[in-house]
Amino acid sequence: MSQSIAQPMLDIHALYKSFNSVNVLNNINLRVMPGELVFLIGPSGSGKSTLLRCCNRLEEPSDGAIIVDGINITAVATDINKMRQRIGMVFQQFNLYPHMTAEQNVMLALQRVQKKSATEAREIAHRELTRVGLGARLTHYPSQLSGGQQQRVAIARALSLGPKVMLLDEPTSALDPQLVGEILQAMMDMKKEGMTMLVVSHEMRFAREAADRVAFMEAGQIVEIGTPAEILARGPESRACQFLSHGH
Amino acid sequence: MDITGLVDLFFNGAVAQTYLPDLLRGAWITIYLSLAIVIAGLVFGLALALIRLVSNKAVVWFLRLFVDCFRAVPPLSVVLLLYFGLPSVGINLSAPWVLWLTLSLILAAFAEEIFWAGISAVGPGQWEASRSTGMTNAQTLRYVVLPQAMRLCIPPLTNRALAISKNTALGTAIGMPELLNEAQTALSFSGNATPLIMAAILYLIIFMPLMALAGSLEKRMAWGART
Repeated sequence: MSQSIAQPMLDIHALYKSFNSVNVLNNINLRVMPGELVFLIGPSGSGKSTLLRCCNRLEEPSDGAIIVDGINITAVATDINKMRQRIGMVFQQFNLYPHMTAEQNVMLALQRVQKKSATEAREIAHRELTRVGLGARLTHYPSQLSGGQQQRVAIARALSLGPKVMLLDEPTSALDPQLVGEILQAMMDMKKEGMTMLVVSHEMRFAREAADRVAFMEAGQIVEIGTPAEILARGPESRACQFLSHGH
Repeated sequence: MDITGLVDLFFNGAVAQTYLPDLLRGAWITIYLSLAIVIAGLVFGLALALIRLVSNKAVVWFLRLFVDCFRAVPPLSVVLLLYFGLPSVGINLSAPWVLWLTLSLILAAFAEEIFWAGISAVGPGQWEASRSTGMTNAQTLRYVVLPQAMRLCIPPLTNRALAISKNTALGTAIGMPELLNEAQTALSFSGNATPLIMAAILYLIIFMPLMALAGSLEKRMAWGART
């Protein structure tokens, strides 16, 4: 493997974020390699979502650098709208556009940002929606879809732009328990296709089984990081181990 | 008074025939003035709401002052002030212009508040989702936020636009020959109330279709609603 010379796909370097002089992120350093699935876990308020949202600058970092696919997205000269096409994001509340059908949700940025023709955008939308198992729901509105289906449309919307890295912010937290599986399956499929992913989630069982590495955050810092096996081997004096071994 | 006397006073065919052309001319003025007011008021109101969206606190403060003033003042007082007051500082606006300006500004003030409420009601998640796909703020506003805001805005905007258009009848106070003014003139000349009944009917003919139009717009924008 050429893993040793590979560049990280996502490189978070000395990242700080404060809201009104409260330090929410405190010197975060994290490298996510291409194709890697990294889980961010930790108690609420530890800064997991803020860290994730800094990675496409939905939150502006106070200091530090975030380099995606070799480009520093925190630099002033960087066209963030261009970079965001390479950074897919999936939200806890799906955030689909309620006035648009599933296919229109996917087509919008393809047409308006990537300037594709309607025909081309529709083809891509159909392909991506079929890939997440929604080929028969193209013209349904979000209100006509289940939560799991809505989240899969959101995943298709993000994937359609051809991102290099996917950020998933508690993608299953708003779902009924019986719908969680289909989203985890979609994440497994992305992983199989080599997508780089940074995930904030409380699905500990999935983290244990599917994550390449788990980063445990507390009070704005990554205090432990390692493969699930490494962390589980640390025993009950490790907070990360306590977190990872509990829950479902 | 017997029933024939009543019919003679309120539904007099001869009087109706005599004054119909005058009333139609008045109705025409009412129609185009109303249209001009609704268009200008809504465009200006939306513009104000968008300015408010991108402005700093000081600009927003002035904007709200303007909006609150025009929402609070009775339309007639503004009409009279502009028509009888402005000439003393050398500005002479004709009656239709005074009426158009006054009512457009008042409608804009109300429309701004309605548009602003509609835009604010679209949650931050919609902005974030759109921005996360590389859409600019302007694109997000146009394709994601405004279409959703419009659905919320249409019922109150329709109410307000109709209510303010009907104030074109204030033109009668500054001698503008719109529908009500023509009806009053006809009433004085004929000594018969039929022209007022005709004016009422013409107002219904003008404004009822607008209500129907608004209703169908609301229905058309009820996307994805389960039936």
